[in-house]
Parts: sequence; C-alpha cells; structure tokens
Amino acid sequence: MIKEVLTQLWKDKFARVALIVLGIIYLMLFFADFIAPYTKDFSDRTMAYVPPSKVFTIDESGKLSKPYTYNYVREFDSQTLEIKYKFDRSQKHYIKFFSKGQPYKFLGIIPMKRHLFTTDSGGRIFLLGTDINGRDVFSRLLFGGRISMTIGFLALFVLFPIGLLYGGISGYFGGKVDAVMMRFAEAVMSIPSFYLLIILASVLPSGMTSTQRFMLIVLILALIGWAGFARVVRGMVLSVRTQEYVQAAKTIGASDLRIIVKHILPQTTSFVIVAMTLSVPSYILSESGLSFLGLGIQQPDASWGNMLKEAQEFTNIIYRPWLLTPGFLIFVSVLAFNLIGDTIRDILDPQSKIRS
Amino acid sequence: MEILKYIIKRILQTIPLLILVSVISFFIIRLSPVDPLAELKLNPSISPVTVEKERQRLGLDKPIIVQYGKWAFSFVQGDLGVTSTGEKVSQKLKERIPNTLLLTIIVILLTWLVGVPLGILAAVKWKTPFDRILTVFTSIGMAIPSFFLAVLLLMFAVKTGWFPIGGLTSPDYADMSFCGKFIDISYHLVLPVFVLFIISLAGLQRQMRANMLDVLDSDYVKFARAKGLSEFKVVYKHALRNAVNPMITLLGFEFAGLLSGAALTEYVFQYPGLGRLILEAVLKSDINLVMASLMMGAVMLIAGNLIADILLIITDPRIRGKA
Repeated sequence: MIKEVLTQLWKDKFARVALIVLGIIYLMLFFADFIAPYTKDFSDRTMAYVPPSKVFTIDESGKLSKPYTYNYVREFDSQTLEIKYKFDRSQKHYIKFFSKGQPYKFLGIIPMKRHLFTTDSGGRIFLLGTDINGRDVFSRLLFGGRISMTIGFLALFVLFPIGLLYGGISGYFGGKVDAVMMRFAEAVMSIPSFYLLIILASVLPSGMTSTQRFMLIVLILALIGWAGFARVVRGMVLSVRTQEYVQAAKTIGASDLRIIVKHILPQTTSFVIVAMTLSVPSYILSESGLSFLGLGIQQPDASWGNMLKEAQEFTNIIYRPWLLTPGFLIFVSVLAFNLIGDTIRDILDPQSKIRS
Repeated sequence: MEILKYIIKRILQTIPLLILVSVISFFIIRLSPVDPLAELKLNPSISPVTVEKERQRLGLDKPIIVQYGKWAFSFVQGDLGVTSTGEKVSQKLKERIPNTLLLTIIVILLTWLVGVPLGILAAVKWKTPFDRILTVFTSIGMAIPSFFLAVLLLMFAVKTGWFPIGGLTSPDYADMSFCGKFIDISYHLVLPVFVLFIISLAGLQRQMRANMLDVLDSDYVKFARAKGLSEFKVVYKHALRNAVNPMITLLGFEFAGLLSGAALTEYVFQYPGLGRLILEAVLKSDINLVMASLMMGAVMLIAGNLIADILLIITDPRIRGKA
C-alpha cells in the first residue's frame, strides 16, 4: 500500500515539488555538521549582528577569480550615531571547499574536520549574517532545523498510540466507560490548547539538560493533541465493533485487548496516516511558537522558533532582516507538509477527492 | 418548548465539564515546583499580612484536595485572589477579556463574510483556474506561523508608519471624543485582526467549499437542475442552505482555534488581551492569575461551543428530532 501511495504522490505535480523540497531540507539537516561552516556553539563576539557576507567571483581588475570574501569591520559613524559594517578590503579571504575547518563529530559519533566550505583561518564567512552573540545564522539554521523538523514527528509517535488505545478502549466498551473517558477527553479539549501548552512548558523545572528538555517538550506537545484524536478514533471504533468479524473473534475467546489492538484498530489505518501527515505541520508550528516565547528549546541550543525570538525587537527586524530567515523556512516546510498531507488524503480517501 | 428543553439540557451539561476542567488545570498548576507566594513575598509593597491572608485563602499548608476545595469555593463566590503585584485578579480579567472577545468576534465575522462566499465560489467554479488559485492562496495562509506574520506586519508598520505599533489605544485616548475613540481602537485593531483573519480564513473557506461540493452532488440538487431551475436558484436557494448548516458546528472549533492563535498575536502586538495576560502570568509564575485566566479561557471556549450548538438546534430541525 505504501508503495502505491508513494507512486501516486509522485504523479501529483504539487506533491512532487513538496516532496523534493522536504527531501532537500532533510538531507541538509542530516549533513548539517558537514554543510555548516561553523559548529553550533561557535561564536565570535567581535562580529555581533554582522550582515551576510558577500561572495565575489570577479576581482577588482574585472577578471574571473576563485570565489573570495572580505571580512566586515565595525565602524561607528559619530555623525549619525550609527554602527556600520564595512568590508575590510585590505585582505581577500578565499573560500575553500572540502577543506579542514572546525572539528566536529558527524552525527555525534565520527570525528571529522572537513566542511563543505570554509575560509582561510583569518576569514569569516557568514552566508546569512550573525546574531547578537556573533554566531553564524546559516549554521544555526541547519542545527536548529534538526530540532524543529523532528520534534513534530516524535510528538506524533507518542500521541498516536495513546490516542488510538484511549479511543479504542472507550469505543469498544461503550456505556459508562465510554461516558467517563470521553468527558475527560472533552475537558482536556475545553482548555484552549495554546494556554495549556504554555502552562505545561512553564511547569518544567529549570536546570535540565537540553536532551531532557527536548524530550519533555515532545511529551507536552503530545499531551495537547491526543484528546481530539482519541475522539475521532472512538467514533470509528463504535461503528466497527458491531461487525460480524468482531463478534467472531469474541466467540473464539479472544481477549478484549487483543480484539481492540488486532481487529478493530487496524481498520483505522488510513485515517491514522492521513491524520498524521496533516498534523505534522501543526506540531512544527506549536514548537516554534513555544520557543519563540522562550518556553520551548532554550539557548544555546538552536531551533527555528527560538532563533526568531530575536525578531521581537524592532531594531532587529528593521536593520537586521537576515534574522527572519528561520520564519521563511518554517513557512516553506509547513507548506510542503500540508501539500503532501492533502494529496495523501485524496489518495487514501477517494470520497473526499471531489472535496479538495 | 422542545427546543427550550434541549437547550437547558445542553447548558446543564457544561457544569460537570467545567468542574472537570478546573480539576485538571488545578493539578497541572500545582505540579509546578514554584512557590505560589514567592513573588508576593518578594514584593516589598505587599505587607506580610496580605501574604498570610493569601496563604490562608489558598490553604497551602493543607493537602491538595482541600486546597482545590478552598480554591473552588472562593472561585464560585467570585473571589479570584490577588496577582503578584497586589491587584485583584478579577479586575485584571475584567480589563482583558472584553479585548480578546472584541478581537476574536471581529475576526469570526470577517472570516465568515469572506470565507463563506469564497467557499461557494470555489465550489461552483470547481477545478477552474479560479478555484486552483484560491487553493494555493489558502495553503499559503495556512502555512505562515501566526507570530511570524505578525512580526512581518509589525516591520511593515514601523517602516511605513501607516499603522500604530501595537497596543489597543493611543496615549491620548482618554481625551478623545466617542467617535475619536472608536476610530482609534479600529485603527489599532487592523493589524492583529488581519493576522488572525489570514490564519483562520483558509480552514473556513476549505470547509465551505467541501460542504458545497457535497451538496451540489446530491440528488435533490440534480432534481432541481432537471426540473429546469436556473443555476442561480439551484445554488443559492437549494444547495446553500444545506451547505451552511454544518459550518455552524465549525463556529465552536474556530473560536477555540482563535483563542489559541490570538495568544501569540496579542503577544507580538502588545495587545492587552487574555492571551497576553496568561503569558505574562506564566512567565512571572503568578499562580492565581494563571489559574483564573486558564479557567476563563475554558469558559469562553465552552460558551463558544454552546452557542454554536444552540444555533444548530434552532437552524436544523433534524437535530431536534434526535434529541
């Protein structure tokens, strides 16, 4: 079935573009250590808020040259009271490909030194400028993407088993069990989800390692979404449980849990797949919103949301527009996920084909 | 009579729901390792007597069940305690809730005014370039993070100077005439409303389009066409009525989504609403304020669903039959 879905996805023009875009993004995130010229924690305090480096391929005399860049130097204009960045034209820094730069561990295991591109030791290349601490925005985008683009998936893998089992039990037993379980789910749904999100995030104790915090945020995101999902599953189970094969399983003497997990829940597969692909983007958005407020992933770790935190200051959005790049990446990936989700829904649920 | 009975039953159903919500919220907040009175104690302008009174009121020395009972009892009586700056929580909520309601209601009205006609048009012109382009636009609207759009618009406002930068009123608001006040508030509302409008328009338009396509495919519409009615009559007299009905259920959902979406937008635009209040309260770990605004958010959400349900009962006789 999966193969069929994929071939149909590939046939759709929009979905194909979306798949390619996401493929490129994930590939870049996978090789982030190698592609990024600097490590996640690299910072050059003298280079705070430096604009994006310019890469020159034609030198002063008009000849084609190996690509090179100039460093920026900070200048204070005493007339306009502005800090300006100017090229330090005294020294060219050639860009070197596949050469040795800062040491890192590829995927956290294999120690390596080679980067896709770096400059010679005195030069700095900041493709998308730097932030307040003089950290390379381009490199941090890649490392932050690793968090932003996986957290949604992880939350879904926590949430779906919970929702499936909860909805399955509630729908299968019906009656009082169902009434109690559904009232509880409704109560959870009655709290505006974002309010619940920020409160759960603020309950987290400080002083956790970044991995612990990451896992807990996954858990919190999962806690928000399970109720709505469980309700839909329960509705589906209600309609399935009276069917003959369920009765047959009962007569054979299968346990309730076995009937729910083995016989009833598989009926919901296509709905689950559609719901999963359609809800990935909302978790990416939730995480970025949370980190934007400073309640999600914390510095010095990067995520697209917490990188945008700097965009809360007027001076930054006006004079340093490169700090907004994470927002565009969130937009592009959410759009791509939405397009794929819509197409998968059309494939798995032909009835809705006329709808969208 | 039948309708009234059903409505009353529906209203009574919300009471156990509210109790359950309050229990859940209470336990989540008490999970927090923060001392609920820490801020109050640190504030030099608050006397130890007030702190002690607050401790008594919250019953902090007693088990958590008793604490909940105490809290619930004073909540029902309308006593929500004091914030960490010593203000009354109820006063604070009274200032903020109308602002959030104002924002969300304007957005709901606007999205319905624009989204429903656009949905109908897209369904009628199904698979034409118009429909396709609209789908692309709504996809884009759905994909922009609300806070990012807000930041971009803020940038636009700062650069052009055409719009006020955040807040709800100008500094000289108090001296304005009634008309001036109205214009001032509307002027400040433009950008936040626009953000939420863009975010929620897409869902509504898509739902309307789907409903309309379903209905246009049904037998009675085919019959109406077969009998030779004009296309206009078929669409707007026969199909539309049935397609709009399910949208009313969506109203409750939309309200819920807006409350959440508004929180971030309010934060970016420094808009004095409930969402920003709860955020500030959370950041300052101001327990009383967090708990009260959480409850108010839930009350608003439940009320929104209730209104949608009641509207549905009134407009759709089939549901009355089932009840």
